[in-house]
Amino acid sequence: MFASRTATSRLLASSSTKIASTSQLAQRAFSVSATQQHAAPAPVPPKQALKEFKIYRWNPDQPSEKPQLQSYKVNLAECGPMVLDALIKIKNDLDPTLTFRRSCREGICGSCAMNIDGVNTLACLSRIDRSETKPQKIYPLPHMYIVKDLVPDLTQFYKQYKSIEPFLKNDNVPEGREHLQSVAERKKLDGMYECILCACCSTSCPSYWWNQDEYLGPAALMAAYRWMADSRDSYGAERKEKMQNSLSLYRCHTIFNCSRTCPKGLNPAKAIAQIKLELATGA
Amino acid sequence: MLATVTSRNLFRVAGASPAFRSSAAPLFTQVQRRFIQTEHLTTKDNLVLLNEQRLRRPNSPHLTIYQPQLTWYLSGLNRITGSALSGLLYVSAMAYLLHPVFPVIDSAHVISAIHDLPVWLKTSGKFIISLPFFFHSFNGIRHLTWDMGKALSLKGVYSTGYAVLGATLVSSVAAAFFL
Repeated sequence: MFASRTATSRLLASSSTKIASTSQLAQRAFSVSATQQHAAPAPVPPKQALKEFKIYRWNPDQPSEKPQLQSYKVNLAECGPMVLDALIKIKNDLDPTLTFRRSCREGICGSCAMNIDGVNTLACLSRIDRSETKPQKIYPLPHMYIVKDLVPDLTQFYKQYKSIEPFLKNDNVPEGREHLQSVAERKKLDGMYECILCACCSTSCPSYWWNQDEYLGPAALMAAYRWMADSRDSYGAERKEKMQNSLSLYRCHTIFNCSRTCPKGLNPAKAIAQIKLELATGA
Repeated sequence: MLATVTSRNLFRVAGASPAFRSSAAPLFTQVQRRFIQTEHLTTKDNLVLLNEQRLRRPNSPHLTIYQPQLTWYLSGLNRITGSALSGLLYVSAMAYLLHPVFPVIDSAHVISAIHDLPVWLKTSGKFIISLPFFFHSFNGIRHLTWDMGKALSLKGVYSTGYAVLGATLVSSVAAAFFL
């Protein structure tokens, strides 16, 4: 049903361009039916390209059952190019109980962050590996408590973000005019303000795996530096003072998994190194 | 129990039509029975349920499923070699303190014992010790570079990482076979 509908719409599109090219625009009507003008092409059987997906499953309603990988076979010929398309197809056609977060499907909401073939990334930005021999493995974000299937509990992650006070703090805001910033000052924030808090970086960090109760993690630390580096914020010293302990910041051992995995191409490790440098030099 | 379900169903159809709601509500609730029944929970009960569920939540897999990358492999190696080298230092230094009691481990005995070892054992032993030593030393310099705010990009991380591995191999071979 779905396939035939798309075929018709394609035909419609091709016929209308042909009409336009021969400048017979007057003949074009809204009720154009391609099938009346052209012979329908012989139906081509859709090419089967079965790709296996192995997906982490755990159901809170059966808590005694251990988490396991469940295998699904998806026909790539009927599926969009991204891993999120495959997940949605599985949920629609194969198993409605599969649970995952998704929203914007274009890499700006950060909901579909998960571990795909061993790397944390956004399912909507990650292309399906087309090789049919190797199954694609999909896990939730590593070392997180699981609510269900691919949905991790991000409560702690958001609390940490809240704890760094991610908002402008300034007691002398200019009144009656804009709070100006030079081009160079604004440029410092590039590469930091774009963070969408998908938690890919923090959950790729081994230090965060072992100490996420006290270590803030790359996402929260880069957000912290984003406000330290902002020329309009006057609480830089206080913000830095909060980092003066062995765990909040200094659990970062410059591993660089965070920058390697960031789906937005940001560099949290650099921001953290700059906090350390500024704390050391008193800048 | 039944009362709560009924009131919830009423709430659901509230948007449909006020007239219909008032006259046909009892009939409608019977028709509207859903496959999945929902229960109303107070905030407190909800929290209790949530906390009970939180106790049983599994931790998602991490080390075993994460893709091998130069970044965290070198970091792990740095820690392992550091622990091994300092462990070796502590154990041998503390053992040496006991040499008045056990003359076998004083300098003269140790030197002569190692001197008498076959060449292949001496060379491989030197290689096994020099490999972590040089890796940890070079990677330490790499970390100091980062602490100075340099090479803080993915390209920097990978080029310095491969440089450290290369320098480690060359230095260890040189130290084990030609020194």
